[in-house]
Amino acid sequence: MKQVAANMAGTVLNVLVQPGDEVTEGQDVVVLESMKMEVPIQAEVAGTVTEIKVNIGDFVNDGDVLVSVE
Amino acid sequence: MRKVLIANRGEIARRIIRTCKAEGIGTVAVYSDADRDLPFVREADEAVHIGPPPVPHSYLNAEAIIKAAKSTGADAIHPGYGLLSENEAFARRVQEEGIVFIGPAPEVIGQMGDKLTARRVMLAAGVPVVPGCEEPAATVDEAAGVAASIGYPVMLKASAGGGGIGMQICRDEDSLRQAYQSLRSRAKAYFGNDAMYVEKYVERPRHIEVQIAGDQHGTVLHLLERECSIQRRHQKVLEESPSPFLDAKTRERLCQSAVRAAEAVGYTGVGTVEFIVDEDKNFYFLEMNTRLQVEHPVTEEMTGLDLVLLQLAIAKGEPLSIGQADVQAKRHAIELRVYAEDPVSFLPSPGTITLYQPPEMEHVRIDDGVESGAQVTPFYDPMIAKVIISGQTREEALQRAAEAMRNFQIVGIKTNIPFLREVLADERFRQGNYTTWFVQERAAKSSNEIQA
Repeated sequence: MKQVAANMAGTVLNVLVQPGDEVTEGQDVVVLESMKMEVPIQAEVAGTVTEIKVNIGDFVNDGDVLVSVE
Repeated sequence: MRKVLIANRGEIARRIIRTCKAEGIGTVAVYSDADRDLPFVREADEAVHIGPPPVPHSYLNAEAIIKAAKSTGADAIHPGYGLLSENEAFARRVQEEGIVFIGPAPEVIGQMGDKLTARRVMLAAGVPVVPGCEEPAATVDEAAGVAASIGYPVMLKASAGGGGIGMQICRDEDSLRQAYQSLRSRAKAYFGNDAMYVEKYVERPRHIEVQIAGDQHGTVLHLLERECSIQRRHQKVLEESPSPFLDAKTRERLCQSAVRAAEAVGYTGVGTVEFIVDEDKNFYFLEMNTRLQVEHPVTEEMTGLDLVLLQLAIAKGEPLSIGQADVQAKRHAIELRVYAEDPVSFLPSPGTITLYQPPEMEHVRIDDGVESGAQVTPFYDPMIAKVIISGQTREEALQRAAEAMRNFQIVGIKTNIPFLREVLADERFRQGNYTTWFVQERAAKSSNEIQA
């Protein structure tokens, strides 16, 4: 199990994957917004998305888990 | 004008409060939950809480702001920059309430806010514009057709865009077709308007703007230019004036074009006409900012004028108290924008500032919105301070700027100060030989050096 975490504090602007989706290494899975900037967050490993931990509009802190990949 | 409400936050709210205080005008701050403890809230004579942190619920909440103005008896509203400053409907609402809006007429804001309308007005006034669409490109095929007729590369832009959001360079038809839909849906989401247009992309451009001021009696002056080519993500990082690139003749033509642009729309207040300048010193109208600009202190330190004071006088209906001959570049001025962000990736870095120690030096002005212990929240723009340095010559100003940046200490969050130091030390920057590609070219060069 690998967790995809936020690299900055911000708001979840978009979730680009669903549980069950296959993702490749480096694929954008979530888009965060902070200080008027959109930052896509990538999966660090390839695998299957098992859980989405956030909803659009949620506020997350640096390091918070966004998506689990197995 | 006895009491001004400032519909903004951070450093620009403090800046406006300062001139109002000097003039004996009362001030009202408005603030969100996130900004409760920031200096601008304390420094205003009165402060009104207007809502939770996200801007739609606070600083973009026109009704809450107007209510705050009425409850405190403010007779004027200063919108600052960003937020509601270029919102035609807000300016109109303010006026309908019998409150003075410190800025141009609502129609002028609307005209210049729509990039295509602005292009048409400027063409008619004889101000040069970049070749491109005269009407929105409603489909990707239309956009491709215009691009083919003017030739690649082109810039694909959202008509309602600004602040670096809603534009993309397209070097061929494939990339234009790819960019069109995503840019369009983004424009819809950000600006509520998805009209798109295509312009010729000017290679190796410089971004130079002209400050103008117009009173309600038909007089328009230019207050010289600002060189704004040092940008990251299409947002300015460093501005200076006089521009090291312009010769006297080009400067005069550029400034006169800006005056013509302002006269064409009957501009009242201070504003900025942005131009793109190519390698051969041809210049083209880009857009007009109908507000006080972030980098207005460059003009102030260069000329000795107070632009907020000019705004207040114009809003009161007074004729301009200076003539064109009074506007002189007395010093060379540079502004450095300090952002709460990673100095390499430029990713936002919100957090708590545990230590904040700006330099205290002669001819170094600090316009900032934070202090030790302040929270930099993710809800707003990452700019936390501006350092404005001036000197008798550019060389002197640069030297002083480098010293100021060595003496600026911020602990607790990441800032771009290390990046600003590198820019000041860069040979091409020191020679004044730079374009809007400067930051990207430097990044490419340093990653090549790491690989080598």
